[in-house]
Amino acid sequence: MDEYIIEMCNITKEFPGIIANDDVTLQLKKGEIHALLGENGAGKSTLMSVLFGMYQPEKGVIRKNGQEVQIKDPNDANRLGIGMVHQHFKLVHNFTVLENIILGVETTSRGFLKMDKAREKVTALSERYGLRVDPDACISDITVGMQQRVEILKMLYRENEILIFDEPTAVLTPQEIDELMKIMKELVSEGKSILFITHKLNEIKAVADRCTVLRKGRYIGTVDVASTTKEEMSEMMVGRKVNLNVEKTPAQPGEVVLSARGVCVKGHGGSKNVVDHVDFDVRRGEIVCIAGIDGNGQTELVYALTGLVEPEEGTVMLNGQDITHAPIRRRNAGGLGHIPEDRHRHGLVLDYNLAYNLVLQSYFEPEFCSRGFLKYDAIYEYADKLIGKFDIRSGQGARTITRSMSGGNQQKAIVAREIDRDPDVLIAVQPTRGLDVGAIEYIHGKLVEERDAGKAILLVSLELDEVMQLSDRILVIYEGRIVADLDPKTVTVQELGLYMAGSGRRAVQ
Amino acid sequence: MKKISARWRNLYTKAGFSSFMASLLAILCGLAVGFVVLLVADPANAFWGLLAILTGGLSDMKNLGQVLYAATPIILTGLSVGFANKTGLFNIGASGQFIVGAYVAVLMGVKCTFIPGPLLWLACLLGAMLAGAVWGLVPGFLKAVCNVNEVIACIMMNYIGMYGVNFLIQLTVFDSLKNQSLPVAENANAPKLGMDLIFRSGATASSANAGIFIAVLAGVVIYYLIEKTKFGYELKACGYNRDAARYAGINETRSIVLSMVIAGALSGLGGACLYLAGAGKGIEVLDTLAAEGFNGIPVALLGLNNPIGIIFSGLFVAYLNQGGFNMQVYGFAPQVIDIIISVVIYFAAFSLLLRGFVERRVKRREEKRAADGRPAVSGRGPQEGGGAE
Repeated sequence: MDEYIIEMCNITKEFPGIIANDDVTLQLKKGEIHALLGENGAGKSTLMSVLFGMYQPEKGVIRKNGQEVQIKDPNDANRLGIGMVHQHFKLVHNFTVLENIILGVETTSRGFLKMDKAREKVTALSERYGLRVDPDACISDITVGMQQRVEILKMLYRENEILIFDEPTAVLTPQEIDELMKIMKELVSEGKSILFITHKLNEIKAVADRCTVLRKGRYIGTVDVASTTKEEMSEMMVGRKVNLNVEKTPAQPGEVVLSARGVCVKGHGGSKNVVDHVDFDVRRGEIVCIAGIDGNGQTELVYALTGLVEPEEGTVMLNGQDITHAPIRRRNAGGLGHIPEDRHRHGLVLDYNLAYNLVLQSYFEPEFCSRGFLKYDAIYEYADKLIGKFDIRSGQGARTITRSMSGGNQQKAIVAREIDRDPDVLIAVQPTRGLDVGAIEYIHGKLVEERDAGKAILLVSLELDEVMQLSDRILVIYEGRIVADLDPKTVTVQELGLYMAGSGRRAVQ
Repeated sequence: MKKISARWRNLYTKAGFSSFMASLLAILCGLAVGFVVLLVADPANAFWGLLAILTGGLSDMKNLGQVLYAATPIILTGLSVGFANKTGLFNIGASGQFIVGAYVAVLMGVKCTFIPGPLLWLACLLGAMLAGAVWGLVPGFLKAVCNVNEVIACIMMNYIGMYGVNFLIQLTVFDSLKNQSLPVAENANAPKLGMDLIFRSGATASSANAGIFIAVLAGVVIYYLIEKTKFGYELKACGYNRDAARYAGINETRSIVLSMVIAGALSGLGGACLYLAGAGKGIEVLDTLAAEGFNGIPVALLGLNNPIGIIFSGLFVAYLNQGGFNMQVYGFAPQVIDIIISVVIYFAAFSLLLRGFVERRVKRREEKRAADGRPAVSGRGPQEGGGAE
């Protein structure tokens, strides 16, 4: 009868202004990988935090092997064999791998650490599950994928049998993702049970046995992954049919709006050009995509275009005017929109409320400001308009502190602000990173809409799917140089991948 | 009765309420610990000592006047620290700005007697603000342009200000008998506005004067500047997130420099208000940094950096100090009195922690009420949408 190792029945958890979980039920079978799917802000992380003892639910019971249990804090969870790999790892950076793994459950004798036993156990575990780590490496020296393995070993060391993975793939490279999937399958075959939080359908298809879908805090259903299509799952998640393909008509390029000539940017060390003599034009009515593997100069190129750094050499022209050394304010006023790569660092003042963030680029306009005083009514009215138009969801509307909003809605706020300013050219850097399919579809649709309205779009993306679907022209950047100018209709994903890896044949000019 | 309780509930669901309650709780905790210190120092008189510190400021009208007088400079330095803090800067240089402001005010008060009537007083205040502003400009400029940590620059400016003023006083307006600056001209002192008639006990009048109105006015102006203007919006954006401010095209260099200039002017004004009071107080030539500058830090903390809160926290700290004087009646050493005052201020730092506590209490009461079937007043209904993940 104990088919389920963990059951969370009718869980309700409220926060001020929001019901994060509304009567949610989740049943995890022994030895399965159970995916928890939902949009940003659907309540997945909240539900897992309840299971891990970080929040107390208002209603509902948790059962383990049919027995009702109380989980008051993470220590209770640990005692019940529940372990969690958080989205942002909880590791001590100047400790070694081994020290991190035993942290909190150190084996001691008369107050002195006994590392030998621990080392044996860790080595045995890592061999058994194929989790290659160097126990004496310092956390700050190892890759993110490796750190994740340390987190997994931490759970195994504590002999947890229920493992929670909170969006584990968000920080990994494609190769590391494959590796992780293998590890997860290995763990399950050894009798562990896994809860896997994600909003990436491909990954669910690849590893999960069953999938529970949440939407706006409510339980939608649990499905068998093998017999359900991706389209069906995304429909459950978003609540309507989602088109996973971008629909657009052929581009009708007009005159050049943004052009770069011989732009060079020096790196942090100051010796090497991380952006090396880059030339390109972006015309009205086209989406030009800069594709490349992360760290090939995309970030610095965008900084030079938007004024966050001064280029070493070269010129940047906007609407025929030289803006190479223009201050940021003048570029923005001159028709440049910028959806920044790092929404927390550049895009938002997280401690401002939503309305304040929505006027971050326009608070000084006469519409919102007269004689040095801000016009509150106008600002909140405008914010409400954007919130409605762009479907930005938050607990307390325009007055919500932006920090408390979900990532997807924060991104929507930035997109809303930049698009509504009606710029001639929109530079969008990874505009859909970390977003769920509903939000991605929405933002892609908006970008195409802007293109069709005669705007120039410069998209910087690391995701091949996005590049192929959205762009009218692909510029491949490799080690700071534009190495190819490709037509997405004629190039294959494999070819594009080769160019990005630096082994393409055609070069521009 | 019902109406009153509804209004009360309305009040305590507001955000400001929990801030206020948190500060109040912090003060109570501080007093409790202070009482323990008194018990250790002198068990017999501990209770009377506590009573003296609590009621000293109100015991007669003269004491109340002294509270107003003492509050004026620390409200201004508190505003100075709190204002810089909104821009993400720690203005530990209030002391130096304060003393150069005080010096320029006294110098003008002694030398510029050609300016008629109360205009001289106003001119002295302006001069003090300008001097303080210059003292704030230096660390602000170094921070904004050369990225020199403002704490270090401010501390250096404190010493330059203190020794520089000592030197200049001896050169220009020195009263060698009292080892302090010369008294200023009568019309350089702040107008009494009849306050010496109200705040007095018997024949002795207090030093209460128009300065307190200057301090309150400054608080209100700073409040409007921070909360209502475009300039305040830019300053806060720089304080919360420099990178985002830059991204939005805000001139962060200008914001940082101006923020320190205004903070410096406020401290300088505080210096003028302390010495242009007709209280016979001159700038003493001592090798110690002006305490009023450092007192601005706890005042700003206790007021949670809110300009209006700072007005009240400044009054409170001055009130404690006045109560401390009264404790001497019971034979407590001045050191013990300083410890009590420090303990209370120390606990003020916990007020942020306590704010979370108050908020949780309020929420729990709200929920209980909702569970009892009576509607909650705050109007926070359950809403759909993301945000909590």
